Amino acid sequence: MEPIIRTEKLTYTYSVGTPFEKTAVKDVDLEIEPGELIGIIGHTGSGKSTLIQHFNGLIKPTSGKIYIDGQDIWDKNSCNIRDIRFKVGLVFQYPEYQIFEETVYKDIAFGPKNMGLDEKEIDRRVRETAEIVGLSEETLGKSPFELSGGQKRRVAIAGVMAMEPKVLILDEPTAGLDPKGRDLIMSRIKEFHRRTGATVLLVSHSMEDVAKFASRIIVMNKSELFCCDETPEIFKKADEISAMGLAVPQITRVFMKLRQSGLDIRTDVYTLDFAIKTLREYMLAHGKEIPHAE
Amino acid sequence: MEKIITAEHVDFHYSNDYDEEKTEPVQVLKDLSLNIKKGEFLAILGHNGCGKSTIAKHFNAILLPCGGKVYTAGFDTSDEAHLFDIRNHVGMVFQNPDNQLVATIVEEDVAFALENMGVDPAEMRERVDSALKSVGMYEYREHSPHQLSGGQKQRVAIAGIIAMRPDCIVLDEPTAMLDPKGRREVISTIRELNEKYGITIVLITHYMDEAAQADRVVVMDGGRIIMDDVPSEVFSHVEKMKSLGLDVPQVTELMFRLSELGIEGDTHIIDEDGCAEALMDILS
Repeated sequence: MEPIIRTEKLTYTYSVGTPFEKTAVKDVDLEIEPGELIGIIGHTGSGKSTLIQHFNGLIKPTSGKIYIDGQDIWDKNSCNIRDIRFKVGLVFQYPEYQIFEETVYKDIAFGPKNMGLDEKEIDRRVRETAEIVGLSEETLGKSPFELSGGQKRRVAIAGVMAMEPKVLILDEPTAGLDPKGRDLIMSRIKEFHRRTGATVLLVSHSMEDVAKFASRIIVMNKSELFCCDETPEIFKKADEISAMGLAVPQITRVFMKLRQSGLDIRTDVYTLDFAIKTLREYMLAHGKEIPHAE
Repeated sequence: MEKIITAEHVDFHYSNDYDEEKTEPVQVLKDLSLNIKKGEFLAILGHNGCGKSTIAKHFNAILLPCGGKVYTAGFDTSDEAHLFDIRNHVGMVFQNPDNQLVATIVEEDVAFALENMGVDPAEMRERVDSALKSVGMYEYREHSPHQLSGGQKQRVAIAGIIAMRPDCIVLDEPTAMLDPKGRREVISTIRELNEKYGITIVLITHYMDEAAQADRVVVMDGGRIIMDDVPSEVFSHVEKMKSLGLDVPQVTELMFRLSELGIEGDTHIIDEDGCAEALMDILS
């Protein structure tokens, strides 16, 4: 299968030829398959935001290539960059600051309208995405500025989803929300993925968030691709990732401590379910009784 | 112990003067009473819209109660004559680091409040330097704020408050917009101010691991206080916290899940060291 996103030696340097010249992304080779759920983690300034802005052509690589759906997006003969923007939807941090329309309906409809779709199709898309992100019929008629912070954010995300992109990229979609708000947004993004089969990329500083979500994780460090691997494999490198200034889940740190204390126990534990399973396996292997084991 | 802030039966609703239909105002705080002791590190938890930011704004008279009273450092907050005294005793730090810095140079920003207070220049110099040192930002004193990271900006905002020599700092989700490193910097600065200088801290947060480091945790829901205890006690109510739309530290939840399986899991455990120790006991 053709990868939906592929990069070859992708490099981007800001302010070339000035004293502020800085390479933000360096020699990145990546392949992302259609329908994948991928996490991108990296410390502030690691280059992750610069990287994702290449995926819908917002910035042009200084050198190297980027292919979307097999097309070199900067090859003017074969590719129209406007089409790429519709194919790859990008949701920035704090997207609710970009809301401007007078009703929720109009705000979600803005993207599809720009795509030149007819009224009927726009209407279908607005209603479907509103439902996916959990906004009621009644909310569609309201001013987005009357809504709570969490609701506004869902409106902004729905606006990008309504363009039905093949790839949806979200930069820190849960930043600044309370735990309930975080869970809600994440479950809605998963629902979008389940219904549409689109590729979803989630950018975060939190390994805990991406671990619950992604099957593969890209780790950026100091402008370079540190690694790109299946989620459990990434957690085997938890100590290196922690040293990069990223937040390793509390549970992973506990298992790292157990290992330091001399227990022969795995440390690639990153969810509660997996922690329980690991503890039970350890207890069984060491002949300990588990009272309510089924 | 001496009290720095006392809220007595506070009721509050936002004014609906501009509402043409004159709908019934939404009650944000309902008969809320709370004492904050001098030198305490208090965390306030609650989901969005529970009223926690609203009560915090009562502590230094940004908002005044519609019913009941708030006393800050002994002054009734509704007494305008003491507004400056109240603000000198209790300073606030808000969520967005980009909205709070006003000057173009870090040290000038920290001096801003002192200039308003008419502090003598020699003393101002001394206060600004020591405030910047106490948040670990002294070497950045001549930088421009836009060159700083989010965590550094928040520490400058905190220094601006410390320069006023307050007894108490109220921080409303100061880490919500920061990365993990920035969060750690801000939280360790707050803890140091509390432990070393005895400054009372009121921290509003959505991060349970931050609240776990406080002396006391207050949980709010629907404009009321529904739990008020040491963190280990509050977080041990795993199911209740979840039903309130909140969370508990991951280690507490692990202990809870183990106890469901009949393995001895103490849900009063709220930190990694305690959890690792308990697991060592279970496993060896």
